[in-house]
Amino acid sequence: MKSLKYLLPGLAFLVLAAFFYRGLFLDPRTVPSPLIGKPAPAFDLQELRQPDTRFATADMFGKPAVLNVWATWCAGCKQEHDFLMRLARSGEVPLYGMNYRDERDKALEWLSQLGDPYKAIAYDPEGMGSLDWGVYGAPETFLIDPEGTVVYKHLGPLNPPIWEREFRPRIAAMQGSTQ
Amino acid sequence: MRSWPVLLLVTWLALGTTGLQADSILSMNPEETFDTSQQLDRYEALINDLRCVVCQNQSVAESNVELARDLRRITRDMILAGKTDAEIKQFMTDRYGDFVLYSPPLKPTTYLLWGAPAILLLLGAVVMVSVVGRRSGESSDDAERTGENI
Repeated sequence: MKSLKYLLPGLAFLVLAAFFYRGLFLDPRTVPSPLIGKPAPAFDLQELRQPDTRFATADMFGKPAVLNVWATWCAGCKQEHDFLMRLARSGEVPLYGMNYRDERDKALEWLSQLGDPYKAIAYDPEGMGSLDWGVYGAPETFLIDPEGTVVYKHLGPLNPPIWEREFRPRIAAMQGSTQ
Repeated sequence: MRSWPVLLLVTWLALGTTGLQADSILSMNPEETFDTSQQLDRYEALINDLRCVVCQNQSVAESNVELARDLRRITRDMILAGKTDAEIKQFMTDRYGDFVLYSPPLKPTTYLLWGAPAILLLLGAVVMVSVVGRRSGESSDDAERTGENI
């Protein structure tokens, strides 16, 4: 009975410490997306570069696809841009963009200066298309399977380790199941 | 008694403003006007229960971020369109998950969250009963030894 009296606080401390230790490695900005496993929300927006054409969600279906939400005011977007260029050049997966709460002139200038990795870009200055996707901070990147289901969402700039770890295996799994 | 005119003025102002509010449906902000005061109450309750996902320690009511402003507008539009509170909350959780609600719904993943206060209270009660029980037991059976445990 006596030893329990000394043991319990120690045990309580260990449990608490374990929780806090785990918490150290969690990013409070990452809100789990309720979209995972759900059909990709429909948008039908003006194309950024060709204002007279439309770009809709269903245009991405049929192959694994990546939708990258970006804006010129977003620092993380500049960080990931090199990687996006390399990804586009590799042809591994079609890369689509959504220009989020931005201005067309600035967005076009950004693309002409840094390069344009996107197959198609939805222009969403009011943020209403991205609202349905639960976007709350750029950059955000979604992985969509050929049937149009959202498979994964990454918050923050993309880079090779994240691509290797989170995207590539999921894409490989999709290709494995369709072939 | 020179203060009574001031008092009168204050009373008049107070009455005047409340009267004015009742006439032009309550809000000074044109973005927050409603048909009935009940709708305004629902609006206030909803935006205060929604977390701004961009600035996580503020509610949608408090935040000035563009997204929060849009969510306020959507909440108002949905209320005016006759949507229920449940439908509005569903709209928000469909996009941002339960995290967007300050009071998350009761379901298997939140049992621990909702149950924690009761569990802690119970735990406290067990400790208290055992400590008090031991002390009172000691004081009657074994009065000389109580000093040791304090």
